[in-house]
Amino acid sequence: MTELRKILVVDDEPDLERLMLQRMRREIRRGQFHFTFAGNGVQALEALNRDSEIEMVLSDINMPEMDGLTLLEQIPKVDPNIRAVIVSAYGDMKNIRTAMNRGAFDFVTKPLDFDDLRVTIDRTLRHLTMLREALQSRDKLVALENELSVGRSMQQAILPTSFPETQTYQVFANMEPARDVGGDFFDILNLPDNRIGLAIADVSGKGVPAALFMMSSRTLLKGAAIGRTSPSEVLTEVNELLNENNETSMFVTLFFAIFDPASGLLTFANAGHNPPLIVHADGSHTMFDTSAGVALGVVPGIEYSQQQVRLQPGDMALFYTDGVTEAENENQDQFGLEQLTALFSGSPPTSAREATDSVFRAVEAFSGDAPQFDDITCLTLYRSE
Amino acid sequence: MEVRTEREDDVLVTTVNGRIDSATVSEFQHLMERAITDDIRRVIVDFENLSYINSAGLRAVLVITKNLWTRNAKLALHSLQPPIQEVFSIAGFDKIIQVCADKAEALDATQEK
Repeated sequence: MTELRKILVVDDEPDLERLMLQRMRREIRRGQFHFTFAGNGVQALEALNRDSEIEMVLSDINMPEMDGLTLLEQIPKVDPNIRAVIVSAYGDMKNIRTAMNRGAFDFVTKPLDFDDLRVTIDRTLRHLTMLREALQSRDKLVALENELSVGRSMQQAILPTSFPETQTYQVFANMEPARDVGGDFFDILNLPDNRIGLAIADVSGKGVPAALFMMSSRTLLKGAAIGRTSPSEVLTEVNELLNENNETSMFVTLFFAIFDPASGLLTFANAGHNPPLIVHADGSHTMFDTSAGVALGVVPGIEYSQQQVRLQPGDMALFYTDGVTEAENENQDQFGLEQLTALFSGSPPTSAREATDSVFRAVEAFSGDAPQFDDITCLTLYRSE
Repeated sequence: MEVRTEREDDVLVTTVNGRIDSATVSEFQHLMERAITDDIRRVIVDFENLSYINSAGLRAVLVITKNLWTRNAKLALHSLQPPIQEVFSIAGFDKIIQVCADKAEALDATQEK
């Protein structure tokens, strides 16, 4: 069964109501969308106050009494979880930029292309669904404690089980949980234009609360990445959302990268995570030079810096958590970054899967019978051509 | 793990020895919170003999710091060994929590302006 989603359309053009109802008649008949109409910002705010189930606003910019840009500033005062999409003249970057700065989720251009509008509405509503699920799972945090096995299965359940593999690149990842659940996770997101989002993260703390925090972090990341192309903006948004009512003071270190297979460019931002490394075709390596931003969920208002590298054919980006480098042997020596890089100096990687497996084999051989204190996670991206 | 605390007027001077890990983090947080009474305006933490801290430990430091912030009191850490310093800087905690070279600097950094 589909859930009825309520959308408010704000425009001083009286014809739009008729046009919208006509072009969206299928979605309306199926019970997917319900539209409410307002002629300006003032009427829009009245409608939002009247019906708290409206979750999305589609608004024109130029309108009498209260324009769309002013309306954008007022919407969060009614409900911060409402998302607004702005309708602007084609190429009007000045207004579009102002709208995005004022918290618009997305924009569409005039004359309205209804196919594009459907995609945009769909994306906005998906973002809201994920946001809601994430906030719900976070609300349950405090009630549950000490159920390590539940936490562990929740953690396993969110990890991707299939990995992209094309002519030009491959991704592979694995996570070996510690006996007590740790907080590692990774994610692989399919983004528009064949780009791919890669995340590796470590949540503070253990047990069910950590697993729930992990789930909201992952969902918020996915939601934020849908509407954005810049990793630094994605991290800033996730950080803001995680800081809303975060009484538990949990946080997550997270490295997020977007890979464009067409150009080989890897764009990334770092929220307090161990910097990954690039292993080259000749076995040498380069450390990602990241000035670490603050971990997510610590304090709001953080701007994350963003950088870019181009992976050459034969290059591999290796992302890991501190469970790899801080794995201990029986003498309490740590595996360390040097052993990790030494692993590939003589035998450069030939595939993502083989490289990931070799990291796990090496850590296991090093640790021997020493207990594993922390989750061990490794994710690799190999550009083959 | 051992926490020693000493009051100097409205300053709480603390020294932490050993490891702050999953086994000791609750005790660390409890001892600190008990010592930080409402009349304390500044908290100085000597981490010179801290040999290990994990993310649960960072979280405890964050909770203590945030509680102090709510009443405009201040906290500074000092004399961190390089590996501990690195844990704080990788997670970006040194951007929001005062991390100082020594006690004198920590006292100066928490001075009410």
